[in-house]
Formats: sequence, C-alpha cells, structure tokens
Amino acid sequence: MSIEELKVSIKNLNVFYGEKQALFGINLNIYANEVTSLIGPSGCGKSTLIKCINRMNDLVDICRYNGQIMIDGEDVNDPSTDPVSLRTRIGMVFQKPNPFPKSLYDNVAYGPRLHGMTNSKEDLDELVITSLQKAGLFNEVKDRLFEPGTGLSGGQQQRLCIARALAVNPEIILMDEPCSALDPIATAKIEELIEELKEKYTIVIVTHSMQQAARVSNRTAYMHMGELIESGLTKTIFSNPEHIKTQDYITGRIG
Amino acid sequence: MNNILSRNNAEKRFKVYGFLAVSTAIVLLGILLFKIFSTGISAFNQSYIGVKIEINNSINSSEIDPRTELRQQLRNMFPELTTRAEKRTLYSLFSTGATYEFEDLLKANEGKTINGYYYFLASDDVDMYVKGTVKREGDSAGRLMSGQLKILDQFEEQNLVELHINKYLLAGADSREPEMAGIKGAIYGTFYAILIAFITSFPLGVLTAIYLEKLAKKNRLSDIIETNINNLAAVPSIVFGLLGLAIFLNFFDLPRSAPLVGGLTLGLMTLPTIVIAARSAIKSVPPSIEEAAIGLGSSKVQTIFNFTLPLAMPGILTGTIIGIAQAIGETAPLLMIGMVAFVVDIPGGPMDPATALPVQIYLWADSPERAFVERTSAAIMVLLIFLFLLNITAVYLRKKLEKKW
Ligand SMILES: Nc1ncnc2c1ncn2[C@@H]1O[C@H](COP(=O)(O)OP(=O)(O)OP(=O)(O)O)[C@@H](O)[C@H]1O
Ligand SMILES: [Mg+2]
Repeated sequence: MSIEELKVSIKNLNVFYGEKQALFGINLNIYANEVTSLIGPSGCGKSTLIKCINRMNDLVDICRYNGQIMIDGEDVNDPSTDPVSLRTRIGMVFQKPNPFPKSLYDNVAYGPRLHGMTNSKEDLDELVITSLQKAGLFNEVKDRLFEPGTGLSGGQQQRLCIARALAVNPEIILMDEPCSALDPIATAKIEELIEELKEKYTIVIVTHSMQQAARVSNRTAYMHMGELIESGLTKTIFSNPEHIKTQDYITGRIG
Repeated sequence: MNNILSRNNAEKRFKVYGFLAVSTAIVLLGILLFKIFSTGISAFNQSYIGVKIEINNSINSSEIDPRTELRQQLRNMFPELTTRAEKRTLYSLFSTGATYEFEDLLKANEGKTINGYYYFLASDDVDMYVKGTVKREGDSAGRLMSGQLKILDQFEEQNLVELHINKYLLAGADSREPEMAGIKGAIYGTFYAILIAFITSFPLGVLTAIYLEKLAKKNRLSDIIETNINNLAAVPSIVFGLLGLAIFLNFFDLPRSAPLVGGLTLGLMTLPTIVIAARSAIKSVPPSIEEAAIGLGSSKVQTIFNFTLPLAMPGILTGTIIGIAQAIGETAPLLMIGMVAFVVDIPGGPMDPATALPVQIYLWADSPERAFVERTSAAIMVLLIFLFLLNITAVYLRKKLEKKW
C-alpha cells in the first residue's frame, strides 16, 4: 500500500439523542481509497457514527453532538460548511433499500439533474448507464430502465441505490449494512463492486458479518455500547486483537 | 370445544350487528333520497298552455306591446268572456313569464306573420293542479278558484295544456314567481365562493402543513399551534360566519352578499380540515425516501417539492375535496355575511351579490308558495349531484395519482 492519505478524521465525538448519550468520545481515522468497516453489536452506535459524517443526524431533531469531524482538513460541523453540498460529496447507501418511486432511470438521474452535472441528454444517459454498470445492475435492467425502481428485487434495489449514489460522483461512500437484505450471490456481487470502487472512492461500510469485514475492508473499527473499542488494519484486528471484547465479538462470544 | 363454539358464535353475532348497522344506515339514506327525488323530480317539468296566435300583418316587434297583444290574442280565443273580472281570470292562468316568451316569439318572427298554436308558461297554481299536487275540492283546487278552473277546463278539453321541460329551473336566477325561479344564480354563487375558498385555503393549508410537519422545530409553540388547529376544525361554522362578518365586511369593507366574502369565509372554515389532512398525508410519506433524497444532496425544500408533496398529494387532495364538499353544503356562515339576499341576477363575478345553493334551498324551503316545495327538492337534488361528482373526483384523483407507481 502506498502512502496513506487521511480522508476523514473524527476526534472526540460525543453524540446525544435527547438525554441519552449514543456515542462516547469517538476517535477514528478513515483513509482515502480504502475500505473501513465498522463492526459491533446492534445498537452500539455504528449507524449514528456514519450519519455524523454526512450530517444526516441534522434531520433528527433531538440529536446533539460535540467533537470534531474533519474531511480533507475541513470541519464538517463548521458553520461555514454547507451540509447540502457536503452530502453531494458523500454518497450514502442505507440499511434498507430505498429507491425513489420513480423509474430506474430517474432514480439514477435524480442526483445529476439536481446538481446540474450534465449538459445534455446524451451525457445524462451515459452517466446513468455507467453508474448502473458500476453497480453491476445494468445488464439485468437494460430493457426496463423506464419501469419503476420499486419493482426490482431487494438485491437489485440495493444495487440501484448504489448506482444512484455513484451517479453524483462522491468522494466518500457510506454504506450502512448494504447486504443485510441480500442473498449470498447478490452479496458477493456487492463485495466485488466495493473492491472495484475503492480504487476511486473512500468507503465506510457497516456490517454484521465478520467474514464480510474480513473480506472487503482494509481497516476495521470495533464499537461497543457507544464506544470505539479498537481500530486498525483488518488483518491485525482479526488475527491479533488487542482488546478482549473485540476478540469475544469476533469469535462470536458476544453480540 | 365449547370455547371454539362460543367464539364462533360471538363472531357471528358481531357480524350480524355490523350488518344491521350498515343496513339501517342504507335504509335511512334510501328513504331520504327517495323522498327528495320523488318530490323534486316533478320540478323539472312545468305546465304550458297553448294559445292560438294569429297576427296577419308583418310583425314589427318594437311596435307591439307583448303584454297587451298576448291578452288580445287570449281574448280572441274566448270571445264569450266579456266582463273585466272574467278577462282577468283568464290572464291569471298565465305566468308573467308568458309575456317574455311571447316577446321572444315576436322577435323570432320579425317581419313575418304568425298563425298557429303556441305554448306559454302557466302560473304556478295551474302547474300544481296539472301535476296533481293539489286536487280539486268542490269547485276550487288549491289557490285556483272556480272561474279559473272553468277556463282551464276548456283549455284541457282542447288538449292545450302540456308539461314541457322546465327551462327556468336550471337556466334562471331566483324569482318571486315559483314557475320562473331558477338556481343558476345560486350555482354561480356557489361556484365563485368555492373557487375563492379553494384558492385561498389550499395553498395556505398545504404550506401550513408542510411548515408544521417538516420545517418547524418541535417545541411548546408548535404543540400549541397544533392543538389550536385541531380545535379550529371543531368550531361551529356560524362562528366562522361571525369572523367573516367582523373581518371581511366590517374591517376590510368588502361588499356584502358577495361570493368573494363567502368564499373567504368558507376558506377559513375549510383551512383546518385541509391542514389536518395534509399533515397526516405528509406524515405517511416514508421517511426513507426523504432520507435518500437528502443523502444525495437535496436541500430540505427540494426534498419536499420533489418527493414529500407529490407522494402526499393524493391524501392532500382527498382531504381538500372533503373539506370543500363540506363548505359547499354550508349555510350558516353565508347567512352571517349576507349571502341570503334575494338576488334576481346571475352574478357575473365574485364581487356581485349572489346566494349559494344551500342558501337558496333554505330560502325556498321558507317560501309559502306550494310550488316551491318541489323546487326545493329539485335544488337539493342538484346540490347532492354536485357533491356526488366532487366525491367521485376525489376517488378518481386518488386512484390516478396513486397508480403512478
Ligand atoms: N433517532 C433516534 N432517536 C433516539 N435514539 C436513537 C435514534 N437513533 C439511534 N438511537 C439510539 O442510539 C443508539 C445507537 O443506535 P444506532 O442506530 O447507531 O445503532 P447501530 O449500531 O446502527 O445498530 P444496528 O446494528 O442495529 O443498526 C441506540 O441505543 C439507539 O437506541
Ligand atoms: Mg444501524
């Protein structure tokens, strides 16, 4: 691996939902062109953490946070940072597939149209097609681009959501358990895709599958009850975890 | 075993109760509709009496007074009626509308001659007798006296009394004469008022709902606003009428009896209904879709206009149409702002004085003339048909907008 380039750095992040604290003093570095996986038992705060990166938590009225998140040296929470343009730089794939109630084409074209990324119909067509190709969906759906996206299978919908996120050409892609609703074959396709995508993008993936984390990620962070217990190279974490809790979780004794 | 049996019985019993409830409702509704339709249907016809018209000079309608000429023609038919009283009895069988119809006839035959039988509008008393609503008792029938009946009998012997379609009912405005009274003026008044009500309350209601659901921070203030809007929906409509009177007439000095004011008042009344319907429609839009849009870099407002509103639209429209349908049938607030006046002109715009359909029904129901009874029912039929069409539209719109995906 070449010299690591720091993409996101999270320092001492505390998050509260109302009175309840969900994250405690998180420190985590995420490097460019790598896959970082977040693992940990349900409710430990993985989703909360990645939603802080693109400020999706702003939508939750009761959510408060302090601490610092820097992307390329810019503070995400700085008043001068516009959350809307921030989110165009950060693609997000949600735990549950959530295609728009529009055609496949319009699903993928939504972001580019919104941001005026293409000048002509041809450019847009091409962008839609390459995005679908990148997400490994194009061949399956090329005859039905103008049919509703909600008519796809769960796994196809999830890949549609990935294509939709790729179409705005983000720098970072956040994936919240993208394979939780998928069969092994679809999962394998998405993992392949992640492998390809990391050449160009920085990827953070939340997963409940240890094998998946081990297969796709360069680095892994283990969280427990709102705390970041341990983070480092995936190889190290899985072969030689420092912390006993990490070891217990990885080997299936808790979680 | 016993348990299953008693559970099954309980279920059957419950089904029977439900069925009884539904059938009671249907039967009552059926009775109501039957009563209205059976009374009202006869108002769509009315009696005309044939008169032999013979004018042998070429007609110059500006030189003929239709009233005297028609009377002259009538007298020619009955030369045996010589006294003033007898003649007046003859004329009284006809409505004042007959003169207008005769005038039209003359105009249509400008420069020509006329010779033949033409039918003219009979008075409401004749109409009631011909339709059998009032029966002959002794030598009178309702308000028809024996003299009138005698002449009418002669017309009938010659088969000159006919029922024609009632062109005044749907094409005319209100009149003191039942046979000439129509609901077109009231329909226009209702149309303008509802248009104004929709134009004001729909955008206001939807914007309020968006603001409360999506933009306002949830705090004490928004709770208070929410509670108050729900309370407003339960405020009696007459109170909105008083409000309209105080604000639009007394403060803003808008014209009395105008559909503009009626519409604004009805709009105020409909507003809470729309807000409540729109809020629940907006609430039912899956948040995952909004999250997806936000995640792609849509702003809040873009997300609302691209996804939330279109997805909520079927629900919003249904709620709005229900609210508007309520407003159409509303009388009390219109009474307060003076849309209860007797207006014989068809309003040309929302600033002209007018009544509305329900108010017209109220006015006619209150009139002593027997002939207004069937017209009241006819007006109710028209109102019901309007409401029915509106509800069909609501269902259609919902189906159509929902079917999209
Ligand atoms: N919108 C919210 N309001 C209140 N509490 C929340 C909200 N979202 C999350 N929480 C709380 O924050 C904690 C962390 O939740 P989070 O969704 O981040 O867990 P997670 O690690 O993603 O779990 P899972 O693996 O089940 O998805 C939980 O205790 C949860 O109850
Ligand atoms: Mg989660």
